[in-house]
Amino acid sequence: MTVGLLFDATRCIGCGACASACKEQNKLPGPVEDETSAYTWTTVQPKGDSYMRRLCMHCLVPTCASVCPVGALHKTPEGPVVYDAEKCMGCRYCMMACPFDVPKYQWDRAVPIIGKCIMCTSRVKKGEPTACAEACPASATIFGSRADLIREAKDRIRQNPSGYLDHIYGLTEAGGTSVMMLSNQPFEKLGLKTGLPSEPPAMRTWQVLSNIPDFVAVWGVFLYGVHWITARREVVSAHHPTQKTPGITDDSHTGRPS
Amino acid sequence: MSASTSAALPTKRFRPGFWTIFFGLLFIPFCIVTVMRFSKGLGAVTHLSDKFPWGLWIGFDLLCGVGLAAGAFTLTAVVHLFNLKKFEPIVRPTILTGFLGYIFVIMALMFDLGQPWRIWHAIVYWNPHSVMFEVAWCVMLYTTILAVEFAPVVLERFGFHTPVRIIHGIITPLVIAGVLLSTLHQSSLGSLYLIVPSKLHPLWYSQLLPLFFYISAIGAGIGMVILESYMSQRAFGRHLEMDLLEPLARAMVVALGLYGLMRLQAISRNGAFGAITDFTYEGRMFLVEFVLGVLLPVAMLSFRRLRTNPRWLVTGSFLAVLGFVVNRLNVSITGMEGAAGVRYVPSLPEIIISVGLVGIGMAAFALAVRYLKIFPEQTVSTEGGLGGS
Repeated sequence: MTVGLLFDATRCIGCGACASACKEQNKLPGPVEDETSAYTWTTVQPKGDSYMRRLCMHCLVPTCASVCPVGALHKTPEGPVVYDAEKCMGCRYCMMACPFDVPKYQWDRAVPIIGKCIMCTSRVKKGEPTACAEACPASATIFGSRADLIREAKDRIRQNPSGYLDHIYGLTEAGGTSVMMLSNQPFEKLGLKTGLPSEPPAMRTWQVLSNIPDFVAVWGVFLYGVHWITARREVVSAHHPTQKTPGITDDSHTGRPS
Repeated sequence: MSASTSAALPTKRFRPGFWTIFFGLLFIPFCIVTVMRFSKGLGAVTHLSDKFPWGLWIGFDLLCGVGLAAGAFTLTAVVHLFNLKKFEPIVRPTILTGFLGYIFVIMALMFDLGQPWRIWHAIVYWNPHSVMFEVAWCVMLYTTILAVEFAPVVLERFGFHTPVRIIHGIITPLVIAGVLLSTLHQSSLGSLYLIVPSKLHPLWYSQLLPLFFYISAIGAGIGMVILESYMSQRAFGRHLEMDLLEPLARAMVVALGLYGLMRLQAISRNGAFGAITDFTYEGRMFLVEFVLGVLLPVAMLSFRRLRTNPRWLVTGSFLAVLGFVVNRLNVSITGMEGAAGVRYVPSLPEIIISVGLVGIGMAAFALAVRYLKIFPEQTVSTEGGLGGS
């Protein structure tokens, strides 16, 4: 069973209790910022007459985990995408690659690491809800198994079709995410990226990377063949009675007939 | 580059030219920025941010440093695999450029990585799904191969003949490994951007990015070989090997022409021509890259009369290299700005580091030419004595 979060923008009252609870739970310094940062893993943004929460979407096939050269990011069986700061060398490819622009960097530190929501992994592993879901007074963020949350989201849309946009953000975006959103207005108005392909971005690179062993074998044999033919041609032409070209030295082979 | 004739040093006495003084003066700010970078972090010296995590050091130092080193694998393949021995005289300076290019890239990574002292992690913690993992291994392995390919030049200088013979014995597998790794590395820099279909502007995004990076690197790599011959001719009073450079320019025209055609096809497939005809910011930057780096060099150097004229040959090659640099900056910066919603202009300290590293590379090249037998007409310089380096 993988768990996740469902955020319902129509229920959010913008109190920011989730962001404060997150700071406390993860011992993040400083006040809650307007945008997420290495020190603010979630925040509530006023968007017109509505509010939008920003946090890591915890993709089912996380782009960040696929691009990290040292495997510092990975998806746990429970659902959270977690970060091992001890491995990270700070290339920031995860920030570049994330379709939701989630990972943030400690630009002000001499020994910097990435910061992002880790879905309160330690709590989740014990079967507890995340700090943000527990703190929400309006049940705008709820915690549960991803399957249950999808069912709940569909119920809400079905029971109140005029009150919701018929779209569960995160159901298919970038291959699907463990954090999902509901709203009564287009998600791009709430600052989310829309039109993301339903195929995980990681597939696009894997199509190329998975061909490397074949490529190396074929290209290597081909190149050696080219060398073999050109070197052989030189030997033949050097010893051909009609066109004698003396003095050719080739240090790359020793095929000199006696 | 064209303004200084004073750089044409006689090899014996040290008389600082324009570039020597320029880079000498840059040394102090370079050191200051370095200290700030490592004591206060990337935010203190760069214009990088959470919205724009990769800037000049990736776009120029990494992408262009590797790309412009492509002449090395191209020429070693031409000479050792395709057996066109007449190009042998320019292999050494090309390998030297390639080697210094990779050293340049590694030094730049030391600035750009958040924790460069952990660079060895890529050897220990593996993630074969990551293009960056492939890039890291290619940098390590190909730098090693370039070092071995260049080693005979240093070894013969000190009279170590046995290791030179061993290297000559394994030169074919060595060159093949070098070509394979280069092919993987050049293309993998394009593959880095396959992961951002929703972020990179459709003028540049394509599933063929790895192929584009590979072919354009061959074109620009050849351009660098020609430019470098020209610059060393000016600086060290050499003659220009026109009989070798002219056929190289022909190969460059073919590579660039093929590349240009494929780029246009990809843009058409993405339906992105509108950005060019509407003359948007991205469209204008694309035109700069495409006209400078593809159309002009191909048009000029398609004519035999221009190709055989050193002035046009060098101009065409310079444009190809310039267009290549603009292309890499477009992919890494211009094309990403729209999705990021911010404009990125490198900070002065970022530029100081990049220019300073180029200066270190140029100084290393000049020193190598002074003390080692890089060019064929050099007699191994004995004036410095064995302790000269």
